[in-house]
Amino acid sequence: MGLTSRQLTVLVLLRIAIGWHFLYEGLSKWLTPGWSSMGYLLDSKGMLENFFTWMASVPSLVRVVDLLNVYGLMAVGIGLITGFLCRPALLGGMMMLVLYYLSHPPLIETAYAIPSEGSYFLVNKNLIELLAMVVLYLFPTEREIGIDKFIFRKKI
Amino acid sequence: MKRRDALKGLITIPVVGAVFYGAYRKKHYEKKLKEAIHGGVDLELPVHPPVEVKDSKKIRLGFIGVGSRGSHLMRAAGFATPEYIDHLKEKASRNSNDKRLEDFLSQPDLNVEVTAICDVFDVHAEEALRASANIYREGTGGKFGKPAVRYKTYKELIASPDVDAVVIATPDHWHAPMAIEAALHGKHVYVEKPMTKTIDEVYQVREAVKKSGIVFQLGHQNRQTDSYNIARLAVEKGLLGKITLTEVTTNRNNPVGAWVYEIHPEASPKNIDWEQFIGNAPWHEFSLECFFRWRCWWDYSTGLNGDLLTHEYDAVNQILNVGVPSSAVCSGGIYFFKDGRTVPDVNHAVFEYHEKEMTVLYSATLANGRNRGKVFMGHDASMEVSEKLAIYAEYDSPKYKERIEKGIIDPSVPIYSYAPGKDRVDAVTSPTEKYFASRGLLYTYRGGKRFDTTFLHLSEWLQAIRGQGQVSCNVDRGFECTMAAHMATLSYHTGRRIYWDRDKEQVVAGEKVS
Repeated sequence: MGLTSRQLTVLVLLRIAIGWHFLYEGLSKWLTPGWSSMGYLLDSKGMLENFFTWMASVPSLVRVVDLLNVYGLMAVGIGLITGFLCRPALLGGMMMLVLYYLSHPPLIETAYAIPSEGSYFLVNKNLIELLAMVVLYLFPTEREIGIDKFIFRKKI
Repeated sequence: MKRRDALKGLITIPVVGAVFYGAYRKKHYEKKLKEAIHGGVDLELPVHPPVEVKDSKKIRLGFIGVGSRGSHLMRAAGFATPEYIDHLKEKASRNSNDKRLEDFLSQPDLNVEVTAICDVFDVHAEEALRASANIYREGTGGKFGKPAVRYKTYKELIASPDVDAVVIATPDHWHAPMAIEAALHGKHVYVEKPMTKTIDEVYQVREAVKKSGIVFQLGHQNRQTDSYNIARLAVEKGLLGKITLTEVTTNRNNPVGAWVYEIHPEASPKNIDWEQFIGNAPWHEFSLECFFRWRCWWDYSTGLNGDLLTHEYDAVNQILNVGVPSSAVCSGGIYFFKDGRTVPDVNHAVFEYHEKEMTVLYSATLANGRNRGKVFMGHDASMEVSEKLAIYAEYDSPKYKERIEKGIIDPSVPIYSYAPGKDRVDAVTSPTEKYFASRGLLYTYRGGKRFDTTFLHLSEWLQAIRGQGQVSCNVDRGFECTMAAHMATLSYHTGRRIYWDRDKEQVVAGEKVS
């Protein structure tokens, strides 16, 4: 692909760091008894507030969102760290980040129950992590360093 | 593929193990911390049997007084007017988060029928008749069953052979005469608080209920609130140490909170049986204000002590088993609502308990809404109780001293906390949870279903009538909180400290205090 080994190393480190973050988020939810996305959904603001609060009001939907979050986050995390089905994992992770961003957009007039640890306007960490994943999608490393190397091996 | 190449493909896998190990260590740490904070004492949530009526026999209910509280009780029993259903339908269609219709329709069937209605205001009586016929819980234009019979007087309703049990939600001065009449006829009674208007009636109601053997429930639905039951458990397990002071409050700041209710536009002497409304109260010319805002006048009302202190007092009794206080002192005044009312809008009562060596302080205002809550103050910990519960260790507590010094317990963070809908009482809650709980965002829905405590309280009474279980606010509990409220009111009127002679079960007026 024409990446220098230094470029490749840094991109793999970025991939592992994002994977680590996803996996740990998923694991801590999985290990917290009674964890639910309901509070987060109810705290939604901005253009899709009605959609997310509606989801929070349907118990079966909350259950689905909970499962998708816990197992989705873990699957994306493992995919990124190990480079296993990395491209679908990146796409899935980006989808989740888009939803997190849209449910809690940092606008001028919005204030959330969980205060953020920094100050954000339009650009927040979800958006930056999302853009970093776009970079990883456009500069794939998993076929060099990752299990995908064995799956998508070019036949010689 | 070369070996070196294959290694490159697998090299990142150990990182997954590192993350899992990290998560496991963190979990383990939190578990150990929680165990250290609790010191092996866990608070368990009360186990509620599902609301399920197995008895095929319908209980036939008569409702006496079907104004705002009475119609709420009818809805708790499963009977709403078709207009009310229409109203909820419209609300739900405008706002998908408005679940009141869904909650009402999914409320379990208590297997009761409303056979009798009595109200001195024709409009309310007719509404209740429509609700009684609305057995399919439909809106206007729906299918209806047979409506109840309207009785002109409560005596006729109670004497009716078609009534097994009565629900009384009239002005205060009518509670005791109606409850006693029902007991004399062997009809089970659910009566709103306060149990009586006067001290003498407290004894009379208790005697009538005990003699008749009916199932009696006083309308303190706080008995059904989980946080109160957990609070009781916390006290029993000694988590608070010796409790010497408990503070309960009423904080309201709007006309409805101060009993300035709307006057029905159709109301007139033509459709209100005024003489029956007055009953044993002093005679007064017809007055729509007195009729709709009766809580503002001593002639019909028991003021803040009877109306709102009783709820708080019963909650304290539920948690601490205090019984009747050794003495009561009360003061206050009409400081804000200069609308001709005779009952105070600011009112404070101090109750002493000589045997238990503690004070219960009640403080109420109808002109400020700052939530001062309900706080139980022990030598080892303080406990704040509302729908939620939080227990904070005392900084100078001998019980928690060592754990505070070691940094295991932080006195500014609850050692136990509970919010409705949570399936456990926890020590370590995530910052996220804390923020949500403090903003009241979490647990708006309880597993998708939320019960009205009035429904649960009524249902407990009906189950007890069917011989299943006991009521939680029986006539003895009613005696205690009502007597306490009347002692405070007597102190307010006389300016004296009022004592309770526990052996003779008598109220004794003491020294002048104001």
